[in-house]
Amino acid sequence: MTVLKTLQEQWFPLPVPLHRKKKKTGSAGGRWEKRRTEEERKVKANDREYNEKFQYASNCIMTSKYNVLTFLPVNLFEQFQEVANTYFLFLLILQLIPQISSLSWFTTIVPLALVLSITAVKDATDDYFRHKSDNQVNNRQSRVLIRGSLQNEKWMNVRVGDIIKLENNQFVSADLLLLSSSEPHGLCYIETAELDGETNMKVRQSVSVTAELGDPNNLATFDGEVVCEPPNNKLDRFCGALCWRDKKYPLTNQNMLLRGCVLRNTEACYGLVIFAGPDTKLMQNSGRTKFKRTSIDRLMNTLVLWIFGFLVCMGVILAVGNAVWEKEVGSLFQSYLPWEPPVDNFLFSSFLSFWSYVIILNTVMPISLYVSVEVIRLGHSYFINWDRQMFCSQRNTAAEARTTTLNEELGQVEYIFSDKTGTLTQNIMSFNKCSINGQTYGEGTDRMGTQPKRLDFTPFNSLADPDFSFYDDKLLELVKVGDPHAQEFFRLLSLCHTVMSEEKSEGELVYKAQSPDEGALVTAARNFGFVFRSRTPGTITTTEMGRTVTYSLLAILDFNNIRKRMSVIVRNPEGRIRLYCKGADTVLLERLHPSNQELMAVTSDHLNEYGADGLRTLALAFRDLSEEEWEVWSESHQFADKATDCREDRLAAAYDKIEQDMMLLGATAIEDKLQEGVPETIALLSLANIKVWVLTGDKQETAVNIGYSCKMLTDDMGEVFIIGGHTVQSVRQELRRARERMVEMSRARDGEKREGMEGRAEACFMGNGFGGGPEGDGGGGKPLQGSSFPSPPSSFMDSISGEFGLVINGHSLAHALEADMELEFVSTACACKAVICCRVTPLQKAQVVELIKKYRKAVTLAVGDGANDVSMIKSAHIGVGISGQEGIQAVLASDYSFAQFRFLQRLLLVHGRWSYLRMCRFLCYFFYKNFAFTMVHFWFGFFCGFSAQTVYDQYFITLYNIVYTSLPVLAMGIFDQDVPEQRSLEYPKLYEPGQLNLLFNKKEFFICIAQGIYTSVVLFFVPYAVLSNSTQSNGVPLADYQTFAVTTATALVIVVSVQIALDTGFWTVINHVFVWGSLGSYFTIMFALHSQTLFRIFPNQFHFVGCAQSTLLKPVVWLTIALATAICVVPVLAFRFLKLDLKPQLSDTVRYTQLVLQKRRKPAGRSLGGVWRGAGSVSESRLGTRGGSRRSGYAFAHQEGFGELITSGKNMRLSSLGLASFASRHSSSWIETLRRKKNPHTPPSASGDSSPAPSRASGPVPPLSNSSSVLGGSQETPIEEETVTEARQDVPTVSCSFGQPAASGSARASPPDDLTSAAVRSHGTDSPGGWTLSLGTVQEALFGWKGTEVRVDASDNQESQHVAMETSQAE
Amino acid sequence: MASSYKDEDGHISVKKPENTAFKQQRLPAWQPVLTAGTVLPAFFIIGLIFIPIGIGLYVTSNNIKEFEIDYTGLDPSSPCFNCSQNFSWNSTKPCTCSIPFYLEQPYESNVFMYYGLSNFYQNHRRYVKSRDDSQLNGNEESLRKPSKECEPYARHDNRPIAPCGAIANSMFNDTLELFYSDPNGTKTQIPLTATGIAWWTDKHVKFRNPGGNNDNLTAAFQGTTKPINWRRPAYELDSDPENNGFINEDFIVWMRTAALPTFRKLYRIIQRRNTMVPTLPRGNYTLEVVYNYPVRSFDGRKRMIFSTISWMGGKNPFLGIAYITVGSVCFLLGVILLFIHHKYDNRNNNPDISSN
Repeated sequence: MTVLKTLQEQWFPLPVPLHRKKKKTGSAGGRWEKRRTEEERKVKANDREYNEKFQYASNCIMTSKYNVLTFLPVNLFEQFQEVANTYFLFLLILQLIPQISSLSWFTTIVPLALVLSITAVKDATDDYFRHKSDNQVNNRQSRVLIRGSLQNEKWMNVRVGDIIKLENNQFVSADLLLLSSSEPHGLCYIETAELDGETNMKVRQSVSVTAELGDPNNLATFDGEVVCEPPNNKLDRFCGALCWRDKKYPLTNQNMLLRGCVLRNTEACYGLVIFAGPDTKLMQNSGRTKFKRTSIDRLMNTLVLWIFGFLVCMGVILAVGNAVWEKEVGSLFQSYLPWEPPVDNFLFSSFLSFWSYVIILNTVMPISLYVSVEVIRLGHSYFINWDRQMFCSQRNTAAEARTTTLNEELGQVEYIFSDKTGTLTQNIMSFNKCSINGQTYGEGTDRMGTQPKRLDFTPFNSLADPDFSFYDDKLLELVKVGDPHAQEFFRLLSLCHTVMSEEKSEGELVYKAQSPDEGALVTAARNFGFVFRSRTPGTITTTEMGRTVTYSLLAILDFNNIRKRMSVIVRNPEGRIRLYCKGADTVLLERLHPSNQELMAVTSDHLNEYGADGLRTLALAFRDLSEEEWEVWSESHQFADKATDCREDRLAAAYDKIEQDMMLLGATAIEDKLQEGVPETIALLSLANIKVWVLTGDKQETAVNIGYSCKMLTDDMGEVFIIGGHTVQSVRQELRRARERMVEMSRARDGEKREGMEGRAEACFMGNGFGGGPEGDGGGGKPLQGSSFPSPPSSFMDSISGEFGLVINGHSLAHALEADMELEFVSTACACKAVICCRVTPLQKAQVVELIKKYRKAVTLAVGDGANDVSMIKSAHIGVGISGQEGIQAVLASDYSFAQFRFLQRLLLVHGRWSYLRMCRFLCYFFYKNFAFTMVHFWFGFFCGFSAQTVYDQYFITLYNIVYTSLPVLAMGIFDQDVPEQRSLEYPKLYEPGQLNLLFNKKEFFICIAQGIYTSVVLFFVPYAVLSNSTQSNGVPLADYQTFAVTTATALVIVVSVQIALDTGFWTVINHVFVWGSLGSYFTIMFALHSQTLFRIFPNQFHFVGCAQSTLLKPVVWLTIALATAICVVPVLAFRFLKLDLKPQLSDTVRYTQLVLQKRRKPAGRSLGGVWRGAGSVSESRLGTRGGSRRSGYAFAHQEGFGELITSGKNMRLSSLGLASFASRHSSSWIETLRRKKNPHTPPSASGDSSPAPSRASGPVPPLSNSSSVLGGSQETPIEEETVTEARQDVPTVSCSFGQPAASGSARASPPDDLTSAAVRSHGTDSPGGWTLSLGTVQEALFGWKGTEVRVDASDNQESQHVAMETSQAE
Repeated sequence: MASSYKDEDGHISVKKPENTAFKQQRLPAWQPVLTAGTVLPAFFIIGLIFIPIGIGLYVTSNNIKEFEIDYTGLDPSSPCFNCSQNFSWNSTKPCTCSIPFYLEQPYESNVFMYYGLSNFYQNHRRYVKSRDDSQLNGNEESLRKPSKECEPYARHDNRPIAPCGAIANSMFNDTLELFYSDPNGTKTQIPLTATGIAWWTDKHVKFRNPGGNNDNLTAAFQGTTKPINWRRPAYELDSDPENNGFINEDFIVWMRTAALPTFRKLYRIIQRRNTMVPTLPRGNYTLEVVYNYPVRSFDGRKRMIFSTISWMGGKNPFLGIAYITVGSVCFLLGVILLFIHHKYDNRNNNPDISSN
């Protein structure tokens, strides 16, 4: 959404990429600080002098931190708050002490200056954009009432107490108290999308006394005083009072227009500025987000500390050495080399030597580490931004990495918390199927045929909505021939709703539905010839089959959660009174006239079918009322309505009385359109061992429904537990029972499994990744033991096989989240494959995330699109915002944003995986190269009297990290790929190393360090041994210091270059340029520094004159370098080869396969993307033919009370109202009613009857993830000669009983040659077939379930089946 | 799909990312994989290259003749015992000792004569930096005002030291002379060449006398004083003006500090005069040492070394042995890995995996 994008820039001008430090609030923050004492705010309208006294913030917002003058000092100050920078500054100061300085000052200041300036440039750029957007926002125009006349004023000049005129579609410039509006009753409508993310329009009303003021002339004299709360960030609360003419009027949020809202459907309104600029709720809410660090960051910090400790140890060792040396040797050597003046004994000398060594050895932890990490992350972020496959063309939104600090953590995610509406679903309802008079219509009917044609309604109906799509022409024919049932069906849909219509021009209807379901139904009716045109409080005008009909609306029997239905009673032009009702089938079917029995049975079947498809269903019915019945009921209704006590209950009873004996018309099925590719994405993610939890504010029914339709919950699941208890006790019991049941069921299943294959099961569980690595286990397992439940042992997680689902309600969740229940909840929930939390508040969403963070020690990702997801997004390790239809709050709080949920798979499996891999490889290599570089000094220390003499030229030390070795490793860190992107989507198991943190952990770190130290030993002692006695061919000895330095340095550069060449797995042009370029630059720069020219200019700076030539021309030197390189590299090569050969990781295998394939047929081209996409498109036609449980739910997402709003006529323009008298029929308290009903404590939906009962476990079908984890198993087990053969026999069995597609093989009757042939062939070859098959199984498991339907279709066409398999495995 | 469209405000909104190989991370790339087909041959090749080189180096090194005499004089039986006992920097009377030795093999071609010091920390940080390259380069200003780095050997008696610094101050100043004792008893001095022993760049670029090509070095060094331990000022090091002052090659050689505490420096070259006669025939020799340089104070040792030179320099058995070892290890590794690969290979070499 481009509008949103621009908005975002306008409102929140902080792009804030690449921030390394917690942002200090700028000067604006300081101001808040100062005035935190403000306890209440007094604002007097039209009285600037009075308001000036309080020094309220002006409406000028400032998100920028610096100006031209303050930039340098402030920025430097901020940068030196970074520990690393201060540390290097400290080193710099040390180096300035001549007795200590073992290196020239520039060896530190050059890198430090480089780092500081890069950061400063980045900060300056960020700030420049903030300035720019600040200016843009501040300079917007608004109409301010000054001295009785409206004047244009910049936003920044608006003051508290000013009266502002707003016009339609304008942004509200500050937090205003609504004074009056052009609409009746001082009403005005606002859209709050930017503020809280809700797209539906909201109504605000001014206090009645000010509403009467009306025009500017009156307002200019308005001098009311508002006393209210101080600025805060609560969007939904405002409390204050207006004092005017000695009267006090209470003010609530209902009277406020907040900055960031947009005025809609209101010509103009006037408001009094209460909060301005930084005090507005919008700005108060845009608080600095918590600075997130990745686990690698934390690890890195730990390691840096360790390295620092290591450095100190080295320093101490060498200092002790120095003391001994100075005492034993140095003191005797004084005739040649006296102690320097301040040194008078060996102890002091060793003290100085310690610091000297700290300076020399500090390169083990070079300053460039942090910068390089940032650069790499920035690069990865750009790749995310540039990814075309994460670009949504419908919304024209590209993916955006909003923070650049978290990329590698994307490769380690274990838990995904997803919002439902707008994230999994599009929040678009489409009228998909219907059942009319026992006949079902909709796309499902022509399954055998080709792609059904979309119906074109325009020739038949000029008022049709062109966007509406329906695929079954039978229904249209039925309506055309005038089938009374069909007509009545659509008539009901066109009458029974609370939709408002707006007819901009003749025939151009715009429906404003409160919930998208209703909109879809009314639009469907519209297209089938029953067009809802307009309504007044008492009439509904429709165009029925081209004929305009006006019904008088007698009553709206509004919806509520308990009734789960709504009805209207209308009188048609002929005078017949009819009640039309639509509602949840569970409620409605029991209110039918007995004569409907037969039809009800048929319709029920249809409803089941729809439910299985994941559609939201409604049953429709009508009832004819006689005039008397109506009169009687009307009276009782009015009585109930006027009742003061228990009005609700009385009304409900009255409604109930008349909604009886209805005649069934049929049922509708609305598809809550999932976003594209959601089921596939979820399947893929779960194959990658990522658990997806849905946290939604929606009702249980809807949530479960979506759970099924996006395949999180399946009918194959062992059991779906529903936790709906209202007390702590019941929740605890339910959780325990669920766990016991799980253990029970998995025991039963294990028994079965063991018959087939022993031992394999264990591997499966391991592969399932419940443990989350040894660390994860510790986190989850240990506290479990400590707590009090008896049955589940600490290895509870591991003993659960099978798939389970858990659905928990908001109120149960509240109990589950209590301190003593947390563990119980976590252990149960984490054992389930799918968890759905419904009816949760934003706060609970965050709590759930925190809970998992706390107990599972796993990386969490939260994805959402609305303001209600902000808390969750902020508290998760990674927050992802869907830049969808709802506001931009989520996006603003997020770390990554994109338009569609399905991009998540790419973000995690491709970008995240790569980022993690690259970062790990980078760090390994980086530590390696610096240890190799630095530790040489340590060894040299033993030969130079521990005098802190460096081995290398000081220029080499300066440039080593920033020039000679930085670019190749950066290139690797940015561009490296182990397997191509398609592969990581094909084999989701490739994601696992990240979750288990295998690529860079303490062990890996020590290996790198060890390798580095080994290299340094070789690099020192080989030249030592060779050069110490050798001479050049002209007789001059080679053992002089400078030759030694150049030899060692050259050997070092070559060894680390060879090493990076070995580490780089993806040699692009850039890698080549950088690697060869670095080597080239080393020699070039060295020759330049050793040139006579430079020496002649600065003889005191370039001691190494002529050294490069004289050294590098010596064959002995090159022989030494070659020897050192070989000794360094050969063991590494052998070790890596052995590892690859004996214990290949999945990625190695995939990579190897790739290579073999490439060799075999080069021209095969890249058609792989097609496999995935092809499979995706197939699944668009929903499967679910398995015939599932019925999951009908009354899907209305809207709140009750709108019926009242309509009949009151308040929301209608006077012009369109016709009858002004209607306006006064109801008391003006409707807003109050509305508000009361909106109150948080909406009665929980009685869920028992409509809860899913998916216990239809279809035999011992094991979970998908297990089938794929066979892979993990066969790969982990060290295969010996005997077990190989055993495995060969095992694997086919496994794949048959495990692979879900194979299990459903009975349906897939004929072609046995796709999967099984893999088995057969791998038998035939001499290779141990373990992983071959496993890969096949993964693929099968992945595509199989989606393809079930296809396969059934294709089975009668063996040819096409073959083709399909060909293409799907082409790559 | 259009790559962009105009939104309400009329400005073009987000562009679809460009479809370039770089931005989409599709750059053509070489993706090397460590396979048996590449790694094992590499091992064998390394082995096959290193072993012959090693053998060659070893043979060459073995053909080089080297002869070494320790003349420190710690042992009372040593001719230099007295000198070493009595000597200190301050003594003015030169002490001489002569050491007879017998060469069992004749030395063909040029023979290089080195002096070697042990336990002498020329690579000590404070020692290494204690020089003024600017002064040594002939800079007049530095001559008068030596760099701070030279402390405490920058000034003496209120006059600047030239050359300044600890390195120069501790210059090796023993004089070694070689006499051949004919079988018939006559002693002939063997001529030693004192030039051509320093790096070309040192001699011609790095070290310059003050006052340029001024013949009168004494005048150029006017106002400076000799290093404390020196017996003669710099301008009296040699009579040859091309080998005097800062460009005296003995001095230059000393100033090129050694990397390790035990080192040798080229002292003289014994040029081969006659192609028919060995440079140093088999026989008895006497090494006459003017013992000026005290090393006993720090347990140092002094040696004199003769060596011939091959194409790859002096005697260096380590390099050859190391090459042979590394080559053999590589070869062996290759064999072992080949064995392991054949026996235990876990990797499927069959590309059918995903094409079936």
